[in-house]
Amino acid sequence: MSNTLTAPTAGAAAPRSAAPVDGQRVTFLRTTKAEWIKLVSLRSSWITFAAAVVAIIGLGALVSYVTNTHWAHMNPQEQAHFDPVSRSLGGVELAQLAIGVLGVLVVTGEYATGMIRSSLMAVPRRLPVLGAKLLVFSACTFVLSLVSAFVAFLLGQQLLGTHGTTLSAPHVLRAVIGVALYLTVVGALAVGLGFVLRSTAGGIATFVGLLLVLPGVGRLLPDTWQPHVLPYLPSNAGAGVFAVQPDTGMLSTWTGYAVFCAWALAALVLGAVVLKRRDA
Amino acid sequence: MIEVRGLTKRYGDKTAVDGLTFTVRPGIVTGFLGPNGAGKSTTMRMVLGLDRPTAGTATVGGRPYVEHAAPLREVGALLEARAVHTSRSAYNHLRALAATHGIPKRRVDEVIHLVGLGDVARKRAGGFSLGMGQRLGIAQALLGDPPTVVLDEPVNGLDPEGIRWVRDLLKGLAAEGRTVFVSSHLMSEMALTAEHVIVVGRGRLIADTSVDELIRGASVNTVLVRSPEAQRLRTALAGPDVTVSSVEGEALEVTGLSAAQIGDTARDLGVAVHELTPQLASLEEAFMTMTRDDVEYHAHLTTTPAGGTA
Repeated sequence: MSNTLTAPTAGAAAPRSAAPVDGQRVTFLRTTKAEWIKLVSLRSSWITFAAAVVAIIGLGALVSYVTNTHWAHMNPQEQAHFDPVSRSLGGVELAQLAIGVLGVLVVTGEYATGMIRSSLMAVPRRLPVLGAKLLVFSACTFVLSLVSAFVAFLLGQQLLGTHGTTLSAPHVLRAVIGVALYLTVVGALAVGLGFVLRSTAGGIATFVGLLLVLPGVGRLLPDTWQPHVLPYLPSNAGAGVFAVQPDTGMLSTWTGYAVFCAWALAALVLGAVVLKRRDA
Repeated sequence: MIEVRGLTKRYGDKTAVDGLTFTVRPGIVTGFLGPNGAGKSTTMRMVLGLDRPTAGTATVGGRPYVEHAAPLREVGALLEARAVHTSRSAYNHLRALAATHGIPKRRVDEVIHLVGLGDVARKRAGGFSLGMGQRLGIAQALLGDPPTVVLDEPVNGLDPEGIRWVRDLLKGLAAEGRTVFVSSHLMSEMALTAEHVIVVGRGRLIADTSVDELIRGASVNTVLVRSPEAQRLRTALAGPDVTVSSVEGEALEVTGLSAAQIGDTARDLGVAVHELTPQLASLEEAFMTMTRDDVEYHAHLTTTPAGGTA
């Protein structure tokens, strides 16, 4: 490598011109473009997004196929409660893990490597970095999960054969789009946690705790408390948006989704405060 | 131009930077010297808006770093700790930073070739050696072609060729009229690169002076002499204010005479001289003396250090 050295001469750094006159200055659009470059230039982003897509489509297809082939063995009660939409979208629970991990990583990966200092030196006002990261990651998550959800639904209904349903049935279209709405907020929550905690292990642990563990722990509460707690836990509140019918005892679809958004917003606001206040 | 006024940083009850005031002028290389833990990196991070000062101000080009509309076009920085995502290629790293300012890709290629990373620019930065990492950091600092350059220990991990390259680069940048502020814990390196030095110890200003003055002030001057007839020369050099000690068979360390005086003596004596080198160790010693009381962690101390690096 050292033999490729060129001797620096005066002017080696190219003639300089007065700074912002040439239009080279920080804008939010440019910060967004930088975050896009950062996201797509890491292999982990591609692998994790691919894992989420495979989870949504693959698991949905598998569950649908198995349901159809085992239909005859299902008891009548099970058949009565059968929901073809939730079967074909069964991979969302798994996909949220991938999206959450990646959402935490796009932030904490910068803290772990020191990249955050370069990012904040380029955009020293800091909050645009959070905004641009959130925008890019949310947009990618939304588009990928929307396409995946439609593929999973249509493929799943094919595999369910005569037990399938269509997009024109009541609430079905909303539920399919709801997959993207849910996962996008999952990602936003994870990005917020990343900025709050700055550590990959802490961020992922908190994410898993909030979304996956807390609902289980909540069921240990006294019966009289549960209705006041369980519906408001993030994943319980948000899950209604990708179901045709909200689970019994849970909030209505859009109220639940609003509560879920509030969780993500809280994490992001806290993350923004930490980002702005604490030394990088 | 960097102006630091009463800059202070406290972590709990530990003061890392204690009321620093100095100005870094354009057109020359200014060294920022101090033992490890003296507060150099913390000062630089505050100048760059990464750490918030407990008190005081730091401005670059007349305003705080965070208020610049195009910070990378104003200040280029290399931080001591790595500031690169290890899984991203050097090229994509620089391209992402350039994108925040609308700096064209052409400039990214330019700086990559300038620092000699052309062959490895598409490889993961995590696989870079310390020296390659430093080069990438320097490329990043030059990306926006800034009038001010701040470099924290830029020669760390570089081979001698690389060290010379950095030295020439810094002098070249200063010759172009830029403000060049470069930290080091090595006095000898700064003596070769910087015209002016700011010396700190335990977060406080110890000296703000030109290198020439510092050298003049250095009390001890030693010259290393190698001669096949070392003993004859030694006898001839002896004098009231002269100390001669032999380092090894043919080498002598002479204190109290200049290299020119020793050379003249050898010629008069007809003794061959194979080496005649004024020792920078004297300067290093001056620095050590200056900062002795301010070194944070003496080897024998057992107090628990708090906080990060320098």
